[in-house]
Amino acid sequence: MSRVHDIVIRVGGESGEGVISTGELTTLAAARAGFYVYTFRTYPAEIKGGHAVFQLRLSDHPLYSQGDELDVLLAFNQEGYDKHHADLRSGGTLVYDKDQVEEASVLVQKKFGVPLTSIARDEIKMPLAKNMVALGALARLFSIPEAITRELVEEKFKKKGAAVIQKNLEAVTAGGSYIEKNFPDLEALHITVKPTDKRLVLSGNEAIGLGAIVAGCREYFGYPITPASDIMEFLAEELPKLGGTMLQVEDEIAALAMAIGSSFAGKKAMTATSGPGFSLMTELMGLAGMAEVPVVVADIQRAGPSTGMPTKMEQGDLNLAAYGSHGEAPRIVVAPINVEDCFYQTIAAFNLAERYQMPVVLLSDQSLAYRTECIRRPDLSRVEVWGREMFQTNGDGYKRYVFSETGVSPMAIPGTPGGNYVATGLEHSETGRPRYDPTTHQRMTDKRFRKVVAAARDFPPVETLGDADAELGIVGWGSTLGPVREAVELARARGIKILSFYPRVLHPLANGYLINDLKRVKRLIVAEVNMLGQFAGLIERQYRGEVIRLSVYGGLPFKTRTIVDKIAEVARNG
Amino acid sequence: MGEMPAAVQAKLEYKSEVKPTWCPGCGDFGVLRAVYEAFERLGVDTKDICLVSGIGCSSRIPFFVASYGFHGVHGRILPTATGIKVANPELHVVGLGGDGDAFSIGAGHLPHAVRRNPNLTYIVMDNNIYGLTKGQTSPTSASQFVTKSTPYGNVEDPINPLAMVLVYGATFVAKGFSGKAKELTDLLVAAIQHEGFSFVDVLSPCPTFNKVDTFKYYAEHVAPIPAEHDVTDKLAALRLALEPEKHYLGIYYQVSRPTLEQRLDASRRKVRAEPQRELEELLARFS
Repeated sequence: MSRVHDIVIRVGGESGEGVISTGELTTLAAARAGFYVYTFRTYPAEIKGGHAVFQLRLSDHPLYSQGDELDVLLAFNQEGYDKHHADLRSGGTLVYDKDQVEEASVLVQKKFGVPLTSIARDEIKMPLAKNMVALGALARLFSIPEAITRELVEEKFKKKGAAVIQKNLEAVTAGGSYIEKNFPDLEALHITVKPTDKRLVLSGNEAIGLGAIVAGCREYFGYPITPASDIMEFLAEELPKLGGTMLQVEDEIAALAMAIGSSFAGKKAMTATSGPGFSLMTELMGLAGMAEVPVVVADIQRAGPSTGMPTKMEQGDLNLAAYGSHGEAPRIVVAPINVEDCFYQTIAAFNLAERYQMPVVLLSDQSLAYRTECIRRPDLSRVEVWGREMFQTNGDGYKRYVFSETGVSPMAIPGTPGGNYVATGLEHSETGRPRYDPTTHQRMTDKRFRKVVAAARDFPPVETLGDADAELGIVGWGSTLGPVREAVELARARGIKILSFYPRVLHPLANGYLINDLKRVKRLIVAEVNMLGQFAGLIERQYRGEVIRLSVYGGLPFKTRTIVDKIAEVARNG
Repeated sequence: MGEMPAAVQAKLEYKSEVKPTWCPGCGDFGVLRAVYEAFERLGVDTKDICLVSGIGCSSRIPFFVASYGFHGVHGRILPTATGIKVANPELHVVGLGGDGDAFSIGAGHLPHAVRRNPNLTYIVMDNNIYGLTKGQTSPTSASQFVTKSTPYGNVEDPINPLAMVLVYGATFVAKGFSGKAKELTDLLVAAIQHEGFSFVDVLSPCPTFNKVDTFKYYAEHVAPIPAEHDVTDKLAALRLALEPEKHYLGIYYQVSRPTLEQRLDASRRKVRAEPQRELEELLARFS
């Protein structure tokens, strides 16, 4: 039997009956046991009811995608079986709640019915503990030490008292014992993991909140929206502890207006939203560009226009992030590629916003927002945090918008003697006075856009992976780069020469950023989760080779296989 | 040049070198004068003042004052000002703008600013018309008022700004008239000194586009708030605000309630805020 290195498990069932909590706890337990983990989840848009899915991939090596095929499916109910059994690989294992799934209809070969419902109800006398029975079963399947699951259950129910902890521990043990007694093929799913270096387990949204704090952000203003709200909730808890402020406000317009006001008054400030909220913010994006106020706006993209599919994934907001506002004002769009990158790119977003005094959009998405990954514990002593160039009190007349080589002008914070000025969205002179003459408008527009060229020197570098001499290249952006990376490894294992690119800034592609790297290949696949090929469109303006669009837009992230197949097809026809 | 009298010099401190762009006879000149005088009387350093405005004729006012200012987008005076105040509670933050900015495009922010009660002042220069866009109906225009956008008469009824803000729960509500400069200065001083959100609706006639609500009209329809009025009696204040064809000038209502900044501070104290708290502790949350 060949050694197993990598297992994908999906939990499916009715929302509210423990699908997500089972998945979350199993993830944490696996991470503490030394596995690399990578999760994916979808909620129904309804609060209660509807179908919920939690997918967990665990491995002895770092992971870049959620995995295409299932090794294990845990079905909490009939729908959980019906919807997902086709994704089970041949030879995969089905674990199901014997009390909920009709056995006669189950078609897969390896199947193990566990009476989750009746164990919880009859043995434990606590029907809600079904998820704990499931946790125990899964932990036993993957040989996660019982000490770890015990510890987690104790932490989770700490506030509820010893009796509740005891009941839940019994449920976990019951789930484990059932597997032990009735599951003869345990070794098939056993992965050996080494003791690990220090790691954190967190979601993309948590990594953004953490990154913001490390970057020095102390003021956050926001309006609830799926899938961005938990950034607000995380900061609501943490910012006051640091002397900062989180305020939930009346709408997204107010949120960005307050963040801009706060930054004008000298604080590092941000807001986060999703497409519908970001659409409302676009007028203020122009103001921040025009008045040269640093601010970070995170857009956690969801699927579709208008209300679309709030709990699904798509990369459809790139054009809005790059251009959404009237007139021409500078901005930078930064996209993290995985959970760890959410932390570092949030810091990069603040650094760029502050140093170049403009709005920076941090473009994440639903799949990255909710999934958890293991990341290396950041070494905070090595994180670079930049501030803005400040006006220092001097005897001369202060010019807030003084022309300079980089376009950056020292900023005075209200309260600074001698710095009095009016920030304005009107076209203005160097001193900030309204001006409408052609020379001023052209010179000021040039000044504002010079900052973008200067900023490009500070953009996070484009990483490349693959064959340096390949004629075929592939690029994607944001969370799509995980499956791209895995697909490239698989394609190269098949003997296809390919070079892949990992940009973090998507707009502007100034000063040759990314474009110069892309010159190394003759043909380029651009993979993204949208119909129009929005990033392909931005690249095509400057790239001189052939751009091949690879688009999916069903509300789900790429499957690695889809990308491998495309690479193979293009390589074959090349 | 000879020595200037001290009073003139003081006023010059608040006046910028930008000349107002308003039409001759505009009510906003009276508001600007009262702003200079109020700050002079309060003796606030210009570096500690931040005037926040939106879009409209009246919203140009920060350019005419030698303080810090933020001239933002249409309708967002209150959130912008709140962000500034939260970031630096030491600043004297004053929002200024027109009736369109306050009661039409920005009306959604007003109840929320009121319930947060930040310690800032909001002065609405109310002329019942859109001036900058050259004469369309506004949310305070009278029913049947004829403008370029209502050639057959306004089909809507006007908002009653004071009644609205009183019912929202504002802690300081007043009405002034730009034709009564001294009284207006007194009101602005009281508003700026008020600990909490202070709202001042100023009747500020537009001589160019509103030929009905003129200085002459208001001179005939204003009256001081009756001496016996109790400023802590909200229903009495509401009755004054609802009286038709009558504009009482003065403070309608003033009570004390904790400000947003105070309440944010209280939240921080609950979690024993330590600005220098080790960030490593935060990381521990995820291990």
